[in-house]
Amino acid sequence: MSEAVLQASPAAERTVRVALVGNPNSGKTALFNALTGARQKVANYAGVTVERKEGAAIAASGRHLAILDLPGTYSLRARSPDEVVTRDAVLGRLDGEVEPDVLICVADATNLRLVLRLALELKAVGRPMVLAMNMYDIAQRQGLRIDLDGLSRDLGCPIVTTVATRRRGLEDLTAKVEELIEAGHVSVANTWREPDATEIRAAHREAQRLLKAYVRPPEHPDTLTGRIDSVLLHPIAGLAILLVLLFVMFQAVFTWAGPAQDAIDAGVAALGSALSAILPDGLLKSLVVDGIIAGVGSVLVFLPQILILFLFIILLEDFGYMARAAFLMDRIMGGAGLHGRAFIPLLSSFACAIPGIMAARVIDNKRDRLTTILVAPLMTCSARIPVYTLIIGAFIPDRTVGGVLNLQGLVMFGLYASGIFSALAVSFVIRHVFWRSAVEPFLMELPTYKLPDPKNVIHNLLLRAKIFLNRAGRIIMPLMVLVWVLSTFPRAPANATQPAIDYSFAGMIGHALQPLFAPIGFNWQMVVALIPGFAAREVAVAALGTVYAVADADAAPGTLGTVLAGHWSLATGLSFLAWYVFAPQCVATLGVVKRETNSWLWMWVMFGYMTALAYLSSLAIYHLAVSLGWG
Amino acid sequence: MTDLPADLRSLSTVKPGERGVIIEVRRELHAQDHGVDPEELERRLLEFGFVEGAHVEVLHEGAVGHDPIAVRLDDMRVALRRRDAGQIWLRMDAPETVR
Repeated sequence: MSEAVLQASPAAERTVRVALVGNPNSGKTALFNALTGARQKVANYAGVTVERKEGAAIAASGRHLAILDLPGTYSLRARSPDEVVTRDAVLGRLDGEVEPDVLICVADATNLRLVLRLALELKAVGRPMVLAMNMYDIAQRQGLRIDLDGLSRDLGCPIVTTVATRRRGLEDLTAKVEELIEAGHVSVANTWREPDATEIRAAHREAQRLLKAYVRPPEHPDTLTGRIDSVLLHPIAGLAILLVLLFVMFQAVFTWAGPAQDAIDAGVAALGSALSAILPDGLLKSLVVDGIIAGVGSVLVFLPQILILFLFIILLEDFGYMARAAFLMDRIMGGAGLHGRAFIPLLSSFACAIPGIMAARVIDNKRDRLTTILVAPLMTCSARIPVYTLIIGAFIPDRTVGGVLNLQGLVMFGLYASGIFSALAVSFVIRHVFWRSAVEPFLMELPTYKLPDPKNVIHNLLLRAKIFLNRAGRIIMPLMVLVWVLSTFPRAPANATQPAIDYSFAGMIGHALQPLFAPIGFNWQMVVALIPGFAAREVAVAALGTVYAVADADAAPGTLGTVLAGHWSLATGLSFLAWYVFAPQCVATLGVVKRETNSWLWMWVMFGYMTALAYLSSLAIYHLAVSLGWG
Repeated sequence: MTDLPADLRSLSTVKPGERGVIIEVRRELHAQDHGVDPEELERRLLEFGFVEGAHVEVLHEGAVGHDPIAVRLDDMRVALRRRDAGQIWLRMDAPETVR
């Protein structure tokens, strides 16, 4: 483009800002993905935890459109933090956001009633608007007839039919947006205000009138959803199917991710040893190999589990099952004060609390979501397994009880059960003591079942991976390096007789804190091991190996187990297990909590309550064991 | 608020398979803790399409305490808890003789 043209029409050629608004499940995000492709940026809105998705699209004329995908809503009357963002973005009063030039109201053509009412509300805002009649192919297949001209006339805005998953109607849509801009449509006075009950009723009557006048009901209405629901929502069969599904998901996260995680581990180790062959011995080598590469590796290793988990979540969400699962679990989780939707995040946390906490995004209500995030790390994550295996192997005799049950297995089960029980108990306390009045009404649309669109699924999956790596890189990595610094400096003297970690800050902290931990039966070596354990819970195993000078503790847990059994009493071993049921020390989890809640406060609240629980339960177990003569 | 005709039933008591037409969505009659004030709950119900004249059929209910319920509301499906459905009053359709 020449400079002359730019100067001639600066206003006409500037980027047009478009905001997508629509009901949940209207295919709004699919439309956003189809319009913007890979040209997306995901961030958080300033000061809130709501995800901000913006992308660039280019209209047929070459004009650039900046498209904002606003959280789905039924009304501009905001009830959740997500909906507040939608309202304020539409009204142009969101801090740090420029108001949109054009609104695109996205409608599911097969489910128009509620979106027509939303469209009427949006009209009152006074901005130029286009109605995107999405999923139009399904409407046609059902024999649903919509008089688009009539509806457009009465609504007072152009209507474009689209099929986001097939990329149909996208050019028409952007062309309409341009038309509105070029015809000089600009925002008129905003007459929107929060409607009261009478006004909502009136808007419904108007939507009903529009439906009656311009939409002929489908000749072949969807009966499939009803038939699937009679199985999936069956009080007994539905729950059984849900449990099977959860079991498969849990298995997949554990087993499918295994090879990929091993490969990442091996790759990171190979890179580490390759670099240690090149780099001269010394601080730089230690920083690069033990600090940065090991740190990156410990974050990367979560990626396969996160991808598999999110694949399941995205598929279930797109299929329409997630709302059903929430329906089935609502009462069961509700007893502990949790929302029905909390069960996926909590289940995911058995693999790792990080994807679990990220998955808590499916919960709209802020307090419900925070409660879920706070208790998620109490579910026994896979990083605790190496620690459990080590201590159980060292202290619990491998014998059969009651004829069939293995005592070691029983203890392992008990540890898992304690995790679940404490998660339920903590959420019960949060919701019945701290946030008593906050049981929000549970109202949820059960969307029509739809086959997930593969392109959309892959797109959303890659987006999750990108977000995770981005966050992990910015928060978790620096903390990993900090842990490395603590366990490396000051360095051991040349004539050191003790392991190097003993001379480091971690060693000093361990010795200094030991009196605090004495009541729960921890010796200084254990306290020292907890510090590198901040990097990842299972690192405590390697750290115990270091302080007890057992080489290759990871590879030969048996040797370390024997050494521990020689140094620790049974009471100490049990106390360590009790500590690890809670195990507040996991920098990665704390970092993700900070990210997801956008607040240091909640991170500290979590760390504080988990440390308190860990300490108290270790104290109780230790003293109980000592009184039983196991000290 | 005026008393409701005696033949009306609250949606919170309706069993799966039964259907009716919404006659009135009213504000809280009895003090009950919904976490939001009664007017807010009324507006949320209205926004979801629980308006006077809408057709409702209870399709499914949860295993524990018959709660929550899944209803067909005109042409969409909505899940809600019985306690939040308490202020939706229906005139029930006569049970169908032929099915």
